[in-house]
Amino acid sequence: MDSMTPNILSILIWLPILGGILILSTGGDRNAQLARKIALGFSVGTFLLSLSLYADFDITTASMQFVERYQWIESLHIQYFLGVDGISMPLIILTTLLTTIVVIAGWEVITKRVAQYMASFLIMEGLMIGVFSSMDAILFYLFWEAMLIPMFLIIGVWGGSNRVYAAIKFFLYTLVGSLLMLVAIIYLYFTSDHTFNIASFHATPLTYTTQVLIFLAFFAAFAVKVPMFPVHTWLPDAHVEAPTGGSVILAAITLKMGAYGFLRFSIPITPDASSELAIWVIGLSLIAVVYIALVALVQRDMKKLIAYSSISHMGFVTLGFFIFDTQGMEGAIVQMISHGFISGALFLCVGVLYDQMHSREIDSYGGVANAMPVFSVFLVFFAMSNAGLPGTSGFVGEFLVILGSFRVNGWYAAVAGLTLVLGAAYTLWMIKRVVYGEITNEKVKALVDVNGREKLVLGVLAVCVLGLGIYPMPLLEVMHSTVENLLQHAAISKL
Amino acid sequence: MKVIYLLVPLACLVAAIIAGFWGAKIGNSATHRITITGVGLSFVLSVVVLFDVLDGHSFNGSIYTWGTSGGVSFEVGFLIDHLSAVMMAVVTFVSLMVHIYTIGYMRDDPGYTRFFCYIALFTFAMLMLVMANNFLQLFFGWEAVGLVSYLLIGFWFKRESAVAANLKAFLVNRVGDLGFILGIAAVMYLFGTLDYSAVFSAASEKQNAVVTGVLGYEWSWITLICLLLFVGAMGKSAQVPLHVWLPDSMEGPTPISALIHAATMVTAGIFLVARMSPLFELSTTASSVILVIGGLTALSMALVGLVQNDIKRVVAYSTLSQLGYMTVALGASAYSVAIFHLATHAFFKALLFLAAGSVIIALHHEQDMRRMGGLRRYMPITYITSVIGSLALAGIPPFSGFFSKDAIIEAVHHSNIPGAGLAYAAVLMGVVVTAFYSFRLIFMVFHGEPRMDKQARSHLKESPWVVTVPLVLLAIPSLLSGGFLVESVLGGHFLGDAVAQGPSAGEGDHLTAVGLMTHGFLAAPLWLALGGVFLAWIFYVRVPSLPGNVSQRLSLIYRILHRKYGFDQFYQWLFASGGVRLGEWLWKRADIALIDGFAVNGTANMVGWFSRVLKRLQTGYVYHYAFVMIIGVVVFLSWGLWS
Repeated sequence: MDSMTPNILSILIWLPILGGILILSTGGDRNAQLARKIALGFSVGTFLLSLSLYADFDITTASMQFVERYQWIESLHIQYFLGVDGISMPLIILTTLLTTIVVIAGWEVITKRVAQYMASFLIMEGLMIGVFSSMDAILFYLFWEAMLIPMFLIIGVWGGSNRVYAAIKFFLYTLVGSLLMLVAIIYLYFTSDHTFNIASFHATPLTYTTQVLIFLAFFAAFAVKVPMFPVHTWLPDAHVEAPTGGSVILAAITLKMGAYGFLRFSIPITPDASSELAIWVIGLSLIAVVYIALVALVQRDMKKLIAYSSISHMGFVTLGFFIFDTQGMEGAIVQMISHGFISGALFLCVGVLYDQMHSREIDSYGGVANAMPVFSVFLVFFAMSNAGLPGTSGFVGEFLVILGSFRVNGWYAAVAGLTLVLGAAYTLWMIKRVVYGEITNEKVKALVDVNGREKLVLGVLAVCVLGLGIYPMPLLEVMHSTVENLLQHAAISKL
Repeated sequence: MKVIYLLVPLACLVAAIIAGFWGAKIGNSATHRITITGVGLSFVLSVVVLFDVLDGHSFNGSIYTWGTSGGVSFEVGFLIDHLSAVMMAVVTFVSLMVHIYTIGYMRDDPGYTRFFCYIALFTFAMLMLVMANNFLQLFFGWEAVGLVSYLLIGFWFKRESAVAANLKAFLVNRVGDLGFILGIAAVMYLFGTLDYSAVFSAASEKQNAVVTGVLGYEWSWITLICLLLFVGAMGKSAQVPLHVWLPDSMEGPTPISALIHAATMVTAGIFLVARMSPLFELSTTASSVILVIGGLTALSMALVGLVQNDIKRVVAYSTLSQLGYMTVALGASAYSVAIFHLATHAFFKALLFLAAGSVIIALHHEQDMRRMGGLRRYMPITYITSVIGSLALAGIPPFSGFFSKDAIIEAVHHSNIPGAGLAYAAVLMGVVVTAFYSFRLIFMVFHGEPRMDKQARSHLKESPWVVTVPLVLLAIPSLLSGGFLVESVLGGHFLGDAVAQGPSAGEGDHLTAVGLMTHGFLAAPLWLALGGVFLAWIFYVRVPSLPGNVSQRLSLIYRILHRKYGFDQFYQWLFASGGVRLGEWLWKRADIALIDGFAVNGTANMVGWFSRVLKRLQTGYVYHYAFVMIIGVVVFLSWGLWS
């Protein structure tokens, strides 16, 4: 339980932020190459350090590990309190890996304001790790809100033509939800002997009505972030306008923060309201799986299609949480990690095409396999993973969630299982129109296959997807204790 | 032995990986040498395993723990018994033949190494499927063969029709898989494990478990599980109404039509039911459904085969029909008979496809039988092997198909569960039709006057040895395997205790092959088959004008068969176009108009409107503010005085 490196979580949070500030100090684009190298160094370093979390992790306990606890603002009882468990630890490693990949992926593609671009991602990395490791609600809230700023800038500065609308929509949508969460946190401060310690929130008794109100306040914040139907409409716009790296981080990590919030706040703080209102969450999740999949089917823009696909896949995550079943919840967490790899990889693939063609329209492609055979292998592979093919990580989560939800109600499993057909339909139909067929136009003919840098990032993600699909045990076993503990806690009434 | 079990699939996997990653670098002939060595090794080891199993050894054990969750351990492991050993031998043998044949068939194709990578990968996946000792791994293999099938149907990815066919195949299979995965979830719910032996040994005590509320009825859990699993089998084994993908899969190169879409992958559904026979034995309802579906498929698809002119499509519809026969055997609880027919069919159908491929390359990718004819003079080996395959398919003794088909007909004849009568009538009528279309093909392709153009005729010659040797090697078991195996099948020890013994197993008094043949001459099926061959001779050799006249007379029936009962059009309208229309509607009406337009932007507009109203109050004129202040003071004062 004791870490080899003291204060490892603080290092993981502040090292990339420090790196980001350092990069900013390199100034304008004259020093772009230096900015890139610093970004690479810091992101790789953070990633390697984060692996020690896995190595030193004790899988037998559900309590917080690598804990750091200091008084911060004593008059308000706010603490600098960090720690991770079997749910947050994998998410932190996902964050550090994906940030490294985004830095490499943006290497030659970003030519304007390179330093600011790289710095934004590194600072965001630190903030996201902060979200996943905060054990104090105010600290959590600060990281949670601070993260909006670099993402807002990434969309607003390096984004597409309609970036301002998308950035503001993203910002307002999430901010409105978050403010309600802040109200709930402050309320909990007063009911729980004046502390912002999340663990004490878990133990605070609450009446049913209070629980419902607090649940709804948190729900507003997390449902927007996931996003769940019907508050999902910011995501397609944000993805379409965001640069590739922004889309990757948005889909792979920030969506997971909403899901993580359900596990850290909603379910343990308001167990009675959660189980009482679960039927509604399940309903919205199933709508997401089916309705959003149908909407994804008719998208003309590849990024929009993948964005809708993300919403549909996240429906599996929230379904898995709110059936209160071990297999369901573990499946949902695996789905979070897996979706990080797969959606990230798919956005990178679209980025590879976009960089050359400057179009995301499915119709402007066709016959890409003729010009880019290696790229096509990657794209088909990730598409199959997105369709939940066994042997890839996409299958593990869906399978466990279907097993779990069948136990609760066969119809949940049947509706969720429709994703087998619909997910394959929208993904492979896109593949058919983009990858296969004769070359449709001169621009496609001129496409150049992936270079070494692109092969590296896609290859790393492919190994992750395949590894997790063939042998998910290393991921599953770190979460057993935590999930069991959470479900036991959720089963105890606070009334 | 465990090392040998592991080597069987891994040899194929390693070969596939080498071919996939380094095929382009090491060149075509090195690639095919490596993959053939891999698959050849698998075949030899499979034979070793088969003899070991016949010696009475079996194995059931885990290789590694895939994952654990909720107290359940998910394993990857092997179950080696008669059933899996027979399947392993059949799969690796046909695969090896197809590998060798491919050298000739794909010689000039730019995707040569990719093709070898795919077929070796397929063999690996199929072996993992048949060797599985639990439902999860079965599903892994199941989907993996589906993936390779997708890749191979769309192998010539520049062809629009090929990439349409592979998408269709994958999606239709996914509909079946939905049933399959729900069936697995139901097994997990009822038994708490996915391990075959644990599930089967607990099956009888769960026989009376019922579930209420599914479609308003009270169901036995076992029936529900069996039906869900069978939906999966229907997808993969192309049973009506999920059969529509198989004819289109002929867009793929012919070797894979033989390997995947005739001999092995499509029979995975049959294997599934045989493997789950301890469950299916407990549900008469499920067996009845299987009988009816199988009977419908057997007859209706054979009828469509009558009107096809594309040589591969004739063989494809005959595959559909024969899969129906196997399904009927499963419904009649004659599981070992179904696997028997699966094995003989694998040989003669792979033979027929490869022979068709031999004809197709000889004619430079001509597939229309109306432009063939008289080929027996040019391609004697292809001709003779095709005739052997067709005789086996038609069920003429002593060819293998006679014994396996006769055993099916006998089994369904003895079955007395609901639906058996219908299935019996269907398979009997199917015999005539099968014999007719098989020999229609033989007569149209190999007899009569050559109808191809002069230039094509001048190039006609027998295919090279890499093509003909597999034909001959497949013709041998097509001829002999039936008589060789039939006694042990009917004696009930062909698959040992790997499958449940249905009530009709071990039936009959004519247990020797010769006895069965003499008996055959007294029974209806053989005469029906001979009648079918004779009719084909009349139609296509004796009176060649007859087919045209008959199709005009029976133009309605002809049109129905020609349009394949309209399944494709109906599915296109309902699911493909319907799904897109629904998606468009939801996207435009709900997402864009309602949520974004009304709720999100509506809120934004409302805020904007309020701020415009409030802005008017902030005029900046001191006398406005002073006026408001005075009003405020007056209001406060009067309120104070009032109370």
